[in-house]
Amino acid sequence: MSRLKTCFGVLASQNRTALIPFLTAGDPHPNQTVDIMHTLVEGGADIIELGIPFSDPMADGPVIQLADERALAHNTSLTDALGMVKEFRKTNTDTPVVLMGYLNPVEVYGYKRFAVDAADVGVDAILTVDLPPEASEEMVRELSDQGLDSIFLIAPTTTDARIKKIVAAGSGYLYYVSVKGVTGSASLDVSAVEARLETIRNSTDLPIAVGFGIKDPVSAKAVGSIADGVVVGSALVNIIAQNQDDKTALLTQVGDFTQSLSDAISA
Amino acid sequence: MSKTPKKPYLDTPDALGNFGPYGGRFVSETLMAALEDLEALYDRLSSDADFIAEFDKDLADYVGRPSPLYYAERWSDKLGGAKIYLKREDLNHTGAHKVNNTIGQALLAKHTGKSRIIAETGAGQHGVATATVAARLGMDCEIFMGAEDIQRQALNVYRMRLLGAKVNSVSSGTKTLKDAMNEAMRDWVTNVDDTFYIIGTVAGPHPYPKLVRDFQCVIGREAKRQCQEQTGGLPDALVACVGGGSNAIGLFHPFLEDDSVELYGVEAGGHGVETGEHAAPLCVGKPGVLHGNRTYLMEDENGQIIPTHSVSAGLDYPGVGPEHSWLKDCGRANYVSINDDEALAAFRELTLVEGILPALESSHALAYAAKLAKTMSKDKIIIVNLSGRGDKDIHTVAKIDGISID
Repeated sequence: MSRLKTCFGVLASQNRTALIPFLTAGDPHPNQTVDIMHTLVEGGADIIELGIPFSDPMADGPVIQLADERALAHNTSLTDALGMVKEFRKTNTDTPVVLMGYLNPVEVYGYKRFAVDAADVGVDAILTVDLPPEASEEMVRELSDQGLDSIFLIAPTTTDARIKKIVAAGSGYLYYVSVKGVTGSASLDVSAVEARLETIRNSTDLPIAVGFGIKDPVSAKAVGSIADGVVVGSALVNIIAQNQDDKTALLTQVGDFTQSLSDAISA
Repeated sequence: MSKTPKKPYLDTPDALGNFGPYGGRFVSETLMAALEDLEALYDRLSSDADFIAEFDKDLADYVGRPSPLYYAERWSDKLGGAKIYLKREDLNHTGAHKVNNTIGQALLAKHTGKSRIIAETGAGQHGVATATVAARLGMDCEIFMGAEDIQRQALNVYRMRLLGAKVNSVSSGTKTLKDAMNEAMRDWVTNVDDTFYIIGTVAGPHPYPKLVRDFQCVIGREAKRQCQEQTGGLPDALVACVGGGSNAIGLFHPFLEDDSVELYGVEAGGHGVETGEHAAPLCVGKPGVLHGNRTYLMEDENGQIIPTHSVSAGLDYPGVGPEHSWLKDCGRANYVSINDDEALAAFRELTLVEGILPALESSHALAYAAKLAKTMSKDKIIIVNLSGRGDKDIHTVAKIDGISID
């Protein structure tokens, strides 16, 4: 059974929601990423979304744009990110790792080669922001051949017809984008999200994680009560940015913040 | 599909927006519904007689079409080869070909009922053309422009503000056209319910490359008719500059079936393609995915987009419209590059010899046409798309000359 399936199975049996923090590989420096990943797990992360930096992150707000710039200042590549997962897996074989990013670095790497290498280092799934299900057939097949899941976004604007296409192509979990906007934008409306999740659940049994606009324990708890997973990105990346010059403080702050989110959604 | 057509570059794109392996729709999920709606609207209106009549009337009465096809006799004689004709898009209202497309998209926007228009711009010509149609329709307008381009195109920035548009300076990334497009996409994803995004070139997610092409094809249709009237036949070659490639597609597309007509797209060679400081993805780039479409890009070995350079802000873009990528692979069009200094020389030459001040973008096409003309006999005909006028570039050229005109 895949790590993601096991993870959501265990969480369901304990009636818990997955805490899914996001960080950008190589931010603030490639040699800190693996330590941050372990700290996230110690703080209560159930799944980690590891961002692949891209020069033109069109779907991201300023916080994650800057994280990509910091990572790219050290030339962090997709190859480097795979190396970080390999390093992480030396001591953590349980926590699922989802790579999240834009299509072009994967295109250049080559779909098949990427799927083989990602599976080899212990990646569990891929979320490619700018690859809609219509254009994903080849990528999904290559990933699936290696036992990797393909995670797709569903947005507030997604039509019912599109939801059917997306749930058919997706595996692992679905990622519901709670607001119209880029990452790190306005606060979300929990009741509107709840209504959408109900609609999506009519079409699928896949777990649904919710992201965009969750920035603190209060919003994490609110979303955690209706979703199967809670994704926290910009708020965490902001803490990394604020502590980029102090490795020890960075890990302490990241650990404390993660713990506060974990406590909130478990309470 | 049971067989490959003989001319696979005709009848493009397919239903999914693909030009061979290029094009498509690579955007985040939030925008997919808006693009599907736009596609359905355009499919309906593009064959609607009233819509076509309204577009043609605006092009005639507001833009001032048809634009002349002018025989640059003195310049042709001086070069000593083929006859060069200039398609005078510089004489359009707002001073460039860009307005053909913004008129068309503004009519689409009106049909959507959305109240707000956004656009990206490089040299500012598309921004001006968008602010112009927004003013005419009484719609709110915000333009995204790279901080570096705002510096070198101050005149157009002020024009946009006079037209009532808000100009947002984009300081991320390389602070040029590609970053302006990223920021416009971010705005659109946030305000998709009430905002219509007028993309300025034949790039972006489907259906933009198709609809922008269709609106710009008036250039080639007119040129074909005018050439037949003036010379009794078809031209032998067409030359146009290529940044995103909308003026080039507009000229080329109505001639794709005419095998005798050679097509030349001229990219910005910057300091020279061998220096790496240029904006010539078709000449030396590789296919990849950026801004919603698969196309030739300037990218590094890790798939990161690399900075471009051109003296002309309108060509300073690391990608290109997907139809150009397909025309290149099919061998139907040739893509070449002209360096900054060659373009500047052509800018001065046309101004002195013909009394026409061309945009620095169009000067790339002129420079290549001059080279090409010399290799052709005097009975041959070249049409160059003079896509815009050069008033906006006077500050840039004066600065290069070491003269302050502030």
